[in-house]
Amino acid sequence: MSTIGLEKPRSLPAEISYASVGKKVLMAVTGLVAFAYVLGHMLGNLQIFAGRERLNDYAEFLHSLGWLLWVIRVFLFAFFVIHVWKGIQLKLENWASRPQRYVKNNTVQASLSSRTMIWTGLAVLSFVVYHILHFTVRITNPQYQKMVDDLGRPDVYSMVITGYQNNLIAVVYIIAVGLVCYHLTHGIASMFQTVGLNNPRFQPVLDKIAWTLAVLIFLGFISIPLGVMFGILQLPGGGL
Amino acid sequence: MKLVNPANKRKYHVIVVGTGLAGASAAASLAELGYNVKAFCFQDSARRAHSIGAQGGINAAKNYQNDGDSIWRLFYDTIKGGDFRSREGNVYRLAQVANNIIDQCVAQGVPFAREYGGMLDNRSFGGAQVSRTFYARGQTGQQLLLGAYSALIRQIGRGQVKMFPRTEMQDLVLINGHAKGIVVRDLVTGKIESHAADAVVLATGGYGRVFNLSTMGLGCNVTAVYRAYKRGALFANPCFTQIHPTCIPYSGEFQSKLTLMSESLRNDGRIWVPKKKGDQRPPNRIPEDERDYYLERKYPSFGNLAPRDISSRSAKEVCDEGRGVGPTGYGVYLDFADAIKRLGKHIIEQRYGNLFEMYHLITDEDPYEVPMRIYPASHYTMGGLWVDYNLMSNIPGLHVIGEANFSDHGANRLGASALMQGLADGYFILPYTISDYFARAGAQNISTDRAEFRAAENEVEDRIKKIMAVNGRQTAESFHKRLGTIMWEYSGMARNETGLKKALELIPALREEFWKDVKVLGEAEDMNQTLERAGRVADFLEFAEIFAYDALNREESCGAHFREEYQTEDGEARRDDKRFAYVAAWEYKGVGIKPELHKEPLDFENVELATRSYK
Amino acid sequence: MNLTLHVWRQKNAQDKGRMETYQAHDITPDMSFLEMLDVVNEELVAKGIEPIHFDHDCREGICGACSLVINGIPHGGKRGCTTCELRMRNFKDGDEIYVEPFRARAFPVVKDLMVNRSAFDRILQAGGFVSVNTGAVPDGNAVPIPKTDADRAMDAAACIGCGACVAACKNASAMLFVAAKVTHLAWLPQGKVERERRVKKMVAQMDKEGFGNCTNYYECEAVCPKNIRVEVIARMNREYLRALPKKIE
Repeated sequence: MSTIGLEKPRSLPAEISYASVGKKVLMAVTGLVAFAYVLGHMLGNLQIFAGRERLNDYAEFLHSLGWLLWVIRVFLFAFFVIHVWKGIQLKLENWASRPQRYVKNNTVQASLSSRTMIWTGLAVLSFVVYHILHFTVRITNPQYQKMVDDLGRPDVYSMVITGYQNNLIAVVYIIAVGLVCYHLTHGIASMFQTVGLNNPRFQPVLDKIAWTLAVLIFLGFISIPLGVMFGILQLPGGGL
Repeated sequence: MKLVNPANKRKYHVIVVGTGLAGASAAASLAELGYNVKAFCFQDSARRAHSIGAQGGINAAKNYQNDGDSIWRLFYDTIKGGDFRSREGNVYRLAQVANNIIDQCVAQGVPFAREYGGMLDNRSFGGAQVSRTFYARGQTGQQLLLGAYSALIRQIGRGQVKMFPRTEMQDLVLINGHAKGIVVRDLVTGKIESHAADAVVLATGGYGRVFNLSTMGLGCNVTAVYRAYKRGALFANPCFTQIHPTCIPYSGEFQSKLTLMSESLRNDGRIWVPKKKGDQRPPNRIPEDERDYYLERKYPSFGNLAPRDISSRSAKEVCDEGRGVGPTGYGVYLDFADAIKRLGKHIIEQRYGNLFEMYHLITDEDPYEVPMRIYPASHYTMGGLWVDYNLMSNIPGLHVIGEANFSDHGANRLGASALMQGLADGYFILPYTISDYFARAGAQNISTDRAEFRAAENEVEDRIKKIMAVNGRQTAESFHKRLGTIMWEYSGMARNETGLKKALELIPALREEFWKDVKVLGEAEDMNQTLERAGRVADFLEFAEIFAYDALNREESCGAHFREEYQTEDGEARRDDKRFAYVAAWEYKGVGIKPELHKEPLDFENVELATRSYK
Repeated sequence: MNLTLHVWRQKNAQDKGRMETYQAHDITPDMSFLEMLDVVNEELVAKGIEPIHFDHDCREGICGACSLVINGIPHGGKRGCTTCELRMRNFKDGDEIYVEPFRARAFPVVKDLMVNRSAFDRILQAGGFVSVNTGAVPDGNAVPIPKTDADRAMDAAACIGCGACVAACKNASAMLFVAAKVTHLAWLPQGKVERERRVKKMVAQMDKEGFGNCTNYYECEAVCPKNIRVEVIARMNREYLRALPKKIE
């Protein structure tokens, strides 16, 4: 006779990486880190409005961290990879859970953002790759390597403004940030639910908080390309 | 009573048919003791047995309310409620174990209603003057069944119970006169299979669907017990069927079932009809002095909480007088306006919220605004296979528990006592009494290869072939409807000799027509709901006859059995203890042949036979 | 009223299945959706077509047998209502109605609109109970339970195991069902003894049955005929996190 519930229980690592709820917790935790990073990144970027000195100081500070910067980078990278990997894995499993689709599909209350997480996620992933190549590795724009400020430091301020002077790049950037934030509208509220901090009274509030944060982050990020496009942010001395 | 040594229990195999309150609790408890259990149900999961439909509650004599309740009082109320047509011993035992059931269910995690102090809450129910009913909102049956089911699945998980869902019992197999197995049909594949065991337990519920329209699940049927009856088990008191007073009235030909509104509603609702015949005014326009609160008028001490049979019959009376309400004229008002005024909508919502919602969904009327309309409907069957004190039928090894047996409710069941009986039988009675049979009969390790199983399988297959071969024009469902109409008309809430004799002419004729003109499509070797239905209807068409014979035989009015010839001047039931203080147990003599009556006299040593009065 | 039905027909589990179109005539507003199908079936039988098979039993919204995805929504989209309680007054003359079985890998089709939901039974077998034998238990009032706890346990225990949550979830996840049971028992002192074991075992079995993962769409709560809220899922997640570092047998 078959018996159920008497099998050997899963180990802790197996619970986290294979159990449906475990995977979700991983998504929530890695998502939280990614969210914190996005928030920090935005606050860092906004220093551009305080002028060239301030931003370049900040960049220099980050670089001066040396090995610590690399630790942070590896840490962030690992979390990001887990988030992407688990996200894709969850989606593939979810698709497999309903091999035969409905002829007539309908949705009652699932938000569009919740239903498009995989697509906004993958779009964000490709943007991040491009973004790193653009500003961090500087492969897409090799001329950035030569940009230095008066103190001989990499002139991040000018790089950003040069970058966004290209309207195409600016628009791509705005769309991408929009997707990130749309992803966050579901992600932020979802994190709370996944770690069990939710109830019917809290839920509508949570949804509002998620949307507010997402919109604020969106505005924060796009203020820079918009600033460049509308000439609020300008290159030092009016050009190179 | 003999016992089986714990180490020897694993040598015994038990078959339990049905997984409602009685079946699930019995299967789980037997498995816990170490017996090997096979459990069967026709539903897709054991959790869906129709005990789940019970709403109101479960009785126990805990006396938590300090209102003078006791085991004796519960016993007496049950005997009296049953109009002195049940066995004293069985009922007393039932009252004794009732308290254990509550404890057991609480330990399983049944979320009974609680008071703010954390103690169990009680409500009052029809036919009792103490508050002894435990409840879980309006879903007590569901919660108790899920409790029993949780005990059952725990044993399934452990491998101690093997569960066969979507499997319907087709026949009982006797070996040397002992019940040693069953033949079943796998409803998914249509395969006919045999299962052998040392004893068979039937927990297959009641036969209320003989009326077609009832509050029972559409799958509920008489087949398992009827097959056992055909194999020699006695059928006791088939005419004792309860008509529940508070159901949503019938609304059209298409209707497949009647929905029960828990009796607990009568705690706060007031039942009335207009004083004037054919008064078509909307209820809110009928002034207070033109309303007839007939239960309060006729039974001042019990009022709206009069027992079910009395409430039902009173509703029928006022409707027959032409004072019924609603489009069909078969309905009475159950009005909450006073209770809402007294307690506030909030309290009423807390007590009956889900019932009000259900009513609203079905009728599109808001019971907070307009009174509910209710009418009686077939609900529970007190009759069933005859069993002895050990719950064993006259066939050794065949045990019958829950609604399927006849034992505890006499001629009428009190509210909240069905759940009590089902669980008492399953948790606390059968597990002890079955060991007596085992110890006497011994473990026999019977194989299904024996000729008796082959023969039974062949009979089952032949019968299915016969049904499939008729290839007529009418569906089994239409026959069921017609049978229901006959039964309701001539054998329903009020019966008389002429009507019953008429029924005994109509039923065989309908049965003959069925076997000439029923239409079953599809294949026998496949999932086939029309074939399932046809098989069940075929059994109802035979069973209906013993029902009518019993009603005809019982020339008295008692409990739910009301013979128009036997009533007092003011229309109350007139019991005849001299001639009818017995259990009528019928023995099968062949289809269409009058069954043989056996009488088990009822001796009352502890209670005095009194006229049941609720005035 | 008259309606056009598009109904999934599938002879058995091996058959591929297809949509068929039928007409429903003279449907009255007081009929339930299933009674409407009964009427259609009577007509089909008269024409010699095998009737549409669907699971049903109590027809009052408590047994959980009835299923059906009606116009893409399990139980037809009226809040707090099962298919058997759904009345035809929610439709209008001339409507086209799509009727499909619950779709999930873990719920294979048995025939037409019937599916096999035994995966739910197996999940509960894994831990959806209190390990207590019949007999030696304390008095029902021995352990007081705060009324609010009992009420919240009851809210979760109201689950009828119909599977609409799975059918509605874009991922065919069984989280609402599993969480309802975990939450019901987590609110009660009787359930607390085995809480770690229960949640881990039930989640493990749920995964094994091939249900999808919860991604917080909350479609399940929208179709739950017993109005069970997704807070039970949050509660189960909490129970799971709590159990995560603990060793169970």
